[in-house]
Amino acid sequence: MSPGDPFIRWDWVASHLGDIWLRLEQHLVLTGLAIGIGLAISLVAGIWSSRWPWLYAPVTWVSGVLYTIPSLALFALLIPITGLSIVTAEIGLVSYTLLILIRNIVAGIRSVPPEVRDAALGMGCTRRQLLWRVELPLARPVILAGLRVATVTTVGLTTVTALIGQGGLGYFILDGIQRFFSTVLVVGAGLSVLLAMAADGLLVLVEWWTTPWAHRRRG
Amino acid sequence: MGFLASVGAWLVDPRHWSGSDGIPTRVGEHALISVVIVVLACIIALPLGVGLGHIRKASFLTISIANVGRALPSLAMLALVLPLAFALGLGLGFWPTVMALVPLGIPPVLTNSFVGVKEVEADVVDAARGMGMSGWQILRHVELPIAAPLVMAGIRNSAVATVATATLGAVVASGGLGRYIVDGLATQDYDKLFVGALLVALMAIGTELGFAALERRMTRAGGERSELLRVS
Repeated sequence: MSPGDPFIRWDWVASHLGDIWLRLEQHLVLTGLAIGIGLAISLVAGIWSSRWPWLYAPVTWVSGVLYTIPSLALFALLIPITGLSIVTAEIGLVSYTLLILIRNIVAGIRSVPPEVRDAALGMGCTRRQLLWRVELPLARPVILAGLRVATVTTVGLTTVTALIGQGGLGYFILDGIQRFFSTVLVVGAGLSVLLAMAADGLLVLVEWWTTPWAHRRRG
Repeated sequence: MGFLASVGAWLVDPRHWSGSDGIPTRVGEHALISVVIVVLACIIALPLGVGLGHIRKASFLTISIANVGRALPSLAMLALVLPLAFALGLGLGFWPTVMALVPLGIPPVLTNSFVGVKEVEADVVDAARGMGMSGWQILRHVELPIAAPLVMAGIRNSAVATVATATLGAVVASGGLGRYIVDGLATQDYDKLFVGALLVALMAIGTELGFAALERRMTRAGGERSELLRVS
C-alpha cells in the first residue's frame, strides 16, 4: 500500500484465478454447511417449541446467549476443545444462525390462523400432515425471511474463520492486511460482499417460486 | 481439568493485571473504542432516523441501508478501510477500527429510530396537531417518548454488536481484548486466548444486560410520568 501502488492490480487477479476459485469454493462449503446444519437444528427446535410452548423461552435464551458471544471469542473458546479445525468454525457459524432461524420458524408457525388448522384437522389430517402440508408451507415466507438474514450474516462471518486457519475468502483479507497489499484485500472483501448479495438474491427467487399464491393473480 | 487450572493460574498472575498488556488496560481500551464507535454511530443515525421518521419518507432508503449494513462483513470493512486510513495518514489501530465499525453501528440505530417514530399512530399525531402543537413539539413531546423503547433497543443492538466486532480491530493492530485472542493465536498461548475470549464474551453479555436494565428503568419512569400528567 505504498503511494505508487495501484488500488487493484488486475494482473495479480488474472494470474491467481485458480487461487481465487479455490477460496471461493471453501467459503461456499463453510457457509453452506453452517446454514444446512443450522436450519436442520432450528427446524427441530422451532417445531418442538411451537408444539410445546414452554420450550420456547429456554430455547431462545440459549440461542440468544450464543448469538451475543462475539464470533472470534466463540471460536477462541472452542479451540482448547476442538482445535484449529473446521469443526470449531462450524460450531461457531451454526451458533449464529440459530436465534434468527428459530425465532422466524416459531413466528411463522404461530402465524397460521387457527381456522386453517381446524379445517385441516376436520379434513382428517394427522399431526404430521398438518405440520408438513399446512403449517410449514404457510410459514415458508417468514422462515425464508429469516433464512435470508442468517445466510447474509453467515457469509460475512465465514471470513472470520480465516483467523482459525479455515481459509475461505477471509484468507485473502488477512493476507492483504499482513502484506499491506490492497489488491488481495479488495478481492477477498469484495467477493464476500458479492457472495452475500448473490445468496440473498437466490433466496428471493426461491421465495418467489415456492409461494406462487403470493403473486399469481395479476393482470 | 489441567487446562482450566492453567487458565485460572494465568488469570491470578499479578503480571497480567498491570502494564500496557494488562487486563485492566485491555478492558479499558475495549470499552473506550466501543463507546467512541457507538456515540459516533448515534450522532449520525439518530437525527437521520428520527427526522426521516417524522416526515414519514424514505422507507426504502432506510431499509436498504440496513440491509447493506448487514451484508458488509466486519472483517471486510476493516480490510477495505485500511487503504483509506493509510491514505489519510491515520495509521493502524484505533482510527481504522473506528472508521470501519461506525458504518456497521449505524443500521440498527437508524432502522429502529426511523420505524419507532414513523409507526406512532396517526390518530395520536393528529390529536396533538389538533391541540395546536407545532411539528417540533409533536416530535419532542409525542413521537420521541412513544418511540423511545424501540430507539433504545436499536442502540442496544448496535452497542452489543460493536463490543463484539471491536475484537476484530486487533487484526489491524488496535488495542482492546481482541489483542489477547489474536496474539494468543499467533503465539499458541491458549491460556491468554481463552481469557481474552471469556472477557469479551462477558463484556458483550454485560452490555446486553446493562442496556436491558436501563430500558426497563426508562419505561417505568415514562409510565410514572404519564400517570402524573393524567392526575394533574
